[in-house]
Amino acid sequence: MSVAQTVHAAAVSDHPDRELHLYKEMLKIRETELQLARAYRDGHVMGACHTYVGQEAVAVGVCAHLQVEDAVFSTHRGHGHALAKGVAATEVAAELFGRATGCSGGRGGSMHLFSPEVGMMGTTGIVGPNILQAVGAGYAFQLNGEDRVAVAFFGDGAVNNGAFHEGLNLASIWDLPVVFVCENNLYATEVPFAYAAGNPEVAMRAEGYGCPGRAVDGNNVMEVDTVAEEAVARARRGDGPTLLECKTYRTRAHAEGMPEVGYRTQEEVDSWRARDPIALLRSHLVGTGRVAADEISAWEDKARTEALAAIEFAKASPWPDPRTVFDFVDSSDSAEAARRS
Amino acid sequence: MSAASQTLTFTEAAREGLAEEMERDASVFVVGEGIGERGGNFNTTLGLFDRFGPSRIRDTPITERGFVGMCTGAAMAGARPVVDFMFLDFILDAFGELVNQVAKIQYMSSGRLRMPMVLRGCIGVGGSAATHHSGNYYPFFLHQPGFKVVVPSTPRDAKGLLKTAIRSDDPVLFLEHKLLLATRGEVPSEPYLEPLGRARVRRTGRHATVVAVGVMTPKALAAADSLAGSGHDIEVIDLVSIAPLDTATILESVAKTGRLLIADEDYQPCGVGAEISARVCTDGFDLLDAPVARLNGAYVPIPYSPSLEQAVVPSQDAVVQALRDLLAE
Ligand SMILES: Cc1ncc(C[n+]2csc(CCOP(=O)(O)OP(=O)(O)O)c2C)c(N)n1
Repeated sequence: MSVAQTVHAAAVSDHPDRELHLYKEMLKIRETELQLARAYRDGHVMGACHTYVGQEAVAVGVCAHLQVEDAVFSTHRGHGHALAKGVAATEVAAELFGRATGCSGGRGGSMHLFSPEVGMMGTTGIVGPNILQAVGAGYAFQLNGEDRVAVAFFGDGAVNNGAFHEGLNLASIWDLPVVFVCENNLYATEVPFAYAAGNPEVAMRAEGYGCPGRAVDGNNVMEVDTVAEEAVARARRGDGPTLLECKTYRTRAHAEGMPEVGYRTQEEVDSWRARDPIALLRSHLVGTGRVAADEISAWEDKARTEALAAIEFAKASPWPDPRTVFDFVDSSDSAEAARRS
Repeated sequence: MSAASQTLTFTEAAREGLAEEMERDASVFVVGEGIGERGGNFNTTLGLFDRFGPSRIRDTPITERGFVGMCTGAAMAGARPVVDFMFLDFILDAFGELVNQVAKIQYMSSGRLRMPMVLRGCIGVGGSAATHHSGNYYPFFLHQPGFKVVVPSTPRDAKGLLKTAIRSDDPVLFLEHKLLLATRGEVPSEPYLEPLGRARVRRTGRHATVVAVGVMTPKALAAADSLAGSGHDIEVIDLVSIAPLDTATILESVAKTGRLLIADEDYQPCGVGAEISARVCTDGFDLLDAPVARLNGAYVPIPYSPSLEQAVVPSQDAVVQALRDLLAE
């Protein structure tokens, strides 16, 4: 077993309602991020802002199988994971604007989105640690006898980091309820994965740890949905972790303000834009007559309106009070305690 | 009040504390290498595998970064991990997880996630353990906000502090000097806790204060005894808590003695003594009758051969000499 294989999605008609839900979720992420990118350009969003544009099918296809209590541990490119896990777009936008109403109260920004109330256990500015933290959440769920699953999302860049090796091995030897989701978008910043990896097939690495590995078209949300369903079910049954490799592409720059091409060709970017996950599902839905084109347009308008409202919410929100800067350094929750150190 | 007590070694006392907390709270679990049936290289978990089973006394592969990162996630998700590093030197493989994750997640999550994690390991020079098994490292964790660090020197503190550390919602480093593990001492038979963040005045005196870290405490007490013969009355403070530093107890002592020596086996530059000295100079300059003195281990990687190893640690005689110099100022 454990041989990497490409799984083809079950016939989409098996899940009629799910498709519409997935479509709307992807739209929400896309529209929110396009507004965030604009806000970055206008100087409202500071620091580094890595968009998820082009990869939405992965977060959406996986999170569709998660309950609120399930835990997601994400990366520097985490807006999509947060939104798919149920963090409100208003809270994500406000966090990137550095406002008190943000999901991390303005302490974190784009790379530190926390909303444990909905199982969003953080995005991270360091490549790798979230893989281990998902393993640990899986350990806690198993220890405490809870029916919960942990998911780590990470890029191809993280696969060459020791955290990947240590995390997959630990999850596998103890059959922990974890799903490892590698979003192989072919580049870590500007470094091709084919250059950085001795074997560029990520899913095959699962064999080295004794757990199943599955490679799918990460731009086909229904394919992601299918393998995620299986992987989450396996974790819930107590049978242990699965490694999913979702082959996808980010169609914007690594981070806003960086070049989109140079390390990659315009033709390559265009070829992936032609396979945009949202457009793919849209043409399927319209082409098969499942949904009328103008109905979809109405959804798009609604998503855009909501994204704009999130931006307005962020803009109108207060800045964090500087007097709170010492709060939460430790569990005593008080500035007094922090100064005492 | 009955003061029933028992005599235990440092290791036995700490182990009793660990077992009591594991009994009390089923979300407490221990990870480490050789801590399962073997009971730990330093007997930290001897007999506990049979009592608590493999999911709570968890033998791990040699994967320090992996299990620290894993325990970070476990703490975020409602468990209370105790990481047993055996030798603290191995913590360095997990330094990124500790500084970038463990120390920062409570803050980044506005306190909605807690970090109840104990990081324990043996520190210090002794037994020709040589350079990869002799480090102290604690100043790193004083420098970084988000950690608590204790270095007990008595069995009573070992048990009481380990119990408090396990109950704490903050990451606590519980550091055990190898040469103190067999130290015997009185431990209350009744359940008790010792507070984090407090230094202990082990001996009162009027002429000078020694703040001793961990293994330097018994040496400082012996030095104070030997100086008592020549009419010098030395106060000895067992620092116990490296982070937070109990500056108040130190200042109170200096207010009485006017003279301060910090005795620490660890390196001097940017060390615990440097921080204490700076604080005393800032907040207690007028209390001082002499410059603050520091006595530290030699600023070299720890060598193996006994003759060399002896040469890097501050001896009891060195404490006596440092105190004589301070008293002569
Ligand atoms: C440990 C670490 N090293 C380097 C970086 C700088 N860095 C940020 S993103 C990135 C590339 C990550 O690539 P990948 O994991 O494939 O994710 P992607 O950006 O493609 O989504 C790098 C090198 C970092 N954040 N953390």
